[in-house]
Amino acid sequence: MSTHLETNTGVDNRKFAMWTLIGSECFLFGTLITNYLINRNRSVTGPTGQEIFNIDLTTLSTFDLLLSSVAMAFAVYYCKHKKLRPMQWSLATVALFGLFFLGFQYYEFSHFLHEGLGLSTNVFGASFYMLTGCHGLHVAVGVMIISTLLIKSLIKGEAWFNDDVVEICGLYWHFVDVIWIIIFTVVYLFVYV
Amino acid sequence: MSNHGAPKTGLWSWITTVDHKRIAALYGFSALLFFVLGGVEAIMMRTQLIVPNNDFITARTFNSMVTMHGTTMIFLVVMPLSGAFFNFLTPLMIGARDVAFPRLNALSFWVFLFGGLLLNFGFVINEAPRGGWFGYANLTELQYTPDLSADFWAMGLQVVGLASLIASINFFVTILNMRCKGMTLLKMPMFIWTTLVTQVLLFLSLPVITIALVMITFDRHFGTGFFNPGVGGSVVLWQHLFWVFGHPEVYILILPAMGIVSEILATFSRKPLFGYSVMVYSTCAIGFLGFAVWAHHMFTTGLGPWATTFFVAATMLIAVPTGVKIFNWISTVWGGRIKITTASLFGLSFVAMFTFGGLSGIMHSSAPIDSQHQDTYFVVAHFHYVLYGGAVMGLFGGIFYWFPKISGRFLNETLGQIQFWLYMIGFNMTFFPMHFLGVQGMPRRNYTYAPDMGWDLWNFICTIGAYMTAVGGILFAINLFYSLKKGEKAPADPWDARTLEWTIPSPPPEYNFGIEPTVTHLDDFWHRKYDEEGHKKQLPPPAKYDPHAIHLPGPSYWPICLAAGLTCGAAGFFLKGFGLYVSLVGVAVILISAYGWAYEEA
Repeated sequence: MSTHLETNTGVDNRKFAMWTLIGSECFLFGTLITNYLINRNRSVTGPTGQEIFNIDLTTLSTFDLLLSSVAMAFAVYYCKHKKLRPMQWSLATVALFGLFFLGFQYYEFSHFLHEGLGLSTNVFGASFYMLTGCHGLHVAVGVMIISTLLIKSLIKGEAWFNDDVVEICGLYWHFVDVIWIIIFTVVYLFVYV
Repeated sequence: MSNHGAPKTGLWSWITTVDHKRIAALYGFSALLFFVLGGVEAIMMRTQLIVPNNDFITARTFNSMVTMHGTTMIFLVVMPLSGAFFNFLTPLMIGARDVAFPRLNALSFWVFLFGGLLLNFGFVINEAPRGGWFGYANLTELQYTPDLSADFWAMGLQVVGLASLIASINFFVTILNMRCKGMTLLKMPMFIWTTLVTQVLLFLSLPVITIALVMITFDRHFGTGFFNPGVGGSVVLWQHLFWVFGHPEVYILILPAMGIVSEILATFSRKPLFGYSVMVYSTCAIGFLGFAVWAHHMFTTGLGPWATTFFVAATMLIAVPTGVKIFNWISTVWGGRIKITTASLFGLSFVAMFTFGGLSGIMHSSAPIDSQHQDTYFVVAHFHYVLYGGAVMGLFGGIFYWFPKISGRFLNETLGQIQFWLYMIGFNMTFFPMHFLGVQGMPRRNYTYAPDMGWDLWNFICTIGAYMTAVGGILFAINLFYSLKKGEKAPADPWDARTLEWTIPSPPPEYNFGIEPTVTHLDDFWHRKYDEEGHKKQLPPPAKYDPHAIHLPGPSYWPICLAAGLTCGAAGFFLKGFGLYVSLVGVAVILISAYGWAYEEA
């Protein structure tokens, strides 16, 4: 597993693949965001974003996700410096804050549903749910991967310090976070413009 | 886990293989099977159109044939056949022992195969897709396609697209990270360059169609109205999304064939590829501009003067690097000692036919002319010249060229050349008259036509040409099976070629290179064989090595399990009532396989 092959670029194959995937994901979210921007004011029935968004709540969940990125940075740092316990605590914090974020999103979606905005109510809602739902799915996958890493390090103990894998997960997690910042701006702040 | 003791034959070894050469064979074989399917669909359409007011097949069947012929040929034939070449050649040409992620490679093949079967499953229950390969909204909406056919199309493409995405990331990393010592970017063979640019196009354009297909699925299953103008949706949005993917896709289809032809022409002219670095730059330019021309498929939707002007200009601009390539191929052949083989014939015909298709393409770049040609047979003629006369001819050239390396035996030259001429004459008979039919106003995709339009003769000729091509296809199948068993044995370097794959035995050993190669030149193998004046040099005797010391990744059954899970998850969308449970089972299989995979020692 850890036989490091020499590569032409000097970057580990898996890390390179993650960067490539991130490039691809940019186009995925780019399409979703464009789709949202096109559709957000085309609905023929309500409710619209202005009527329904709760900026306080979303700010809180954004802050939560940003904190998880800080924890991720710590996890990568402690992994590099071979400090097992702090790394495990950091990873646990990332997973926990990721779960909090998903909880916020669940609450938000059910609240919107209660307010009368379903997936098929209007095209604003449909493109909103598709965009934020796709992001939520990415967070969920991230939480799963990070939990798996945490469990692996708990079982294997000091023997397991896979710098590259933790760093690659970090790349993914930060990317998902950056995408959220764009979504937060485009979806939740643009209603004030 | 070392696999030196593992069995190398039998069905199980093929199912669990992670060897890029075997995966290439699997890709190639599946693509050729789908080629038969797409060919039969084409023959059925041409038979229906041989005389006016024919009733050989119904309008509904004809629509399915149009749709599935296009979808099959693009996604299940040309892409995976190119994929077979990526798989076989990439590690060999860059001097590597395998791709960067062998198990992901196996995964993308199985996902492709299952997705292809899913796409065609509609035929089994008589609900084959019939909304066109472009699936224009709102034909795919529930209101206009109440049966499952559009679901088969959307979910099938989704799965096939995922396969291409995985493969593209794999090859991108392989090429940039796994080159042997001395092989800098500008010493890579031309085919590797076109492969590299193709992967970039793939992983940047596929996400767009992924989202578009999800939108169709949501419209159909969850009642969203993205493509329903009645609730604020837009039908033109689909066209934009489809062609933002669809136009890079065109270059995804043609670039690998361009790479193959560049290798073939250089070898059989016994000259280096003319203007190698310019070829590299023009390949990159095509890749870049390929993202800026999508709306030339949509001039008649009314884009407005500024957008139309931009896309007209960009489309004319992309002809420049393409033209540069054509001049380079001609200059490569010019003054060379050309050896006529089936491979070089296919390679040369690629240049001629592609130029033809390119010329009618330039005509379409002008919006006013395009408005006249829109949805006529002129367009059909144009894209068959580039994709059939171009891509498919190039790929056949590649099959004849590399078959000795792949199997250790030559394909039969006599049968091959008869096939070539049948293809060449049949192809031109089928598609050249379509230019005339197009300017006479015959619309595409119509299942029949009236007798008094003056279209009878050309349609008859088109159909006879299609039959000739079919005979050529049958000859190729015979040739393939005959040569695999009884073909003449091939040496390591049968064509006196230039690139690294010819330095090792035919067929190559599982570990490819006993000693990892070092290169000093572009076309390194040629420079090892010949000095500057073209005199043959004495090759040093091959160095000794111990094949048992070479570590290879072990076989794995997780890729096929994961692919089955994905397909199962997608298939849930077709089943009424218990479909959700089928999808959930699929998700469970995906999770189990992913964890099994992650914990398996590679």
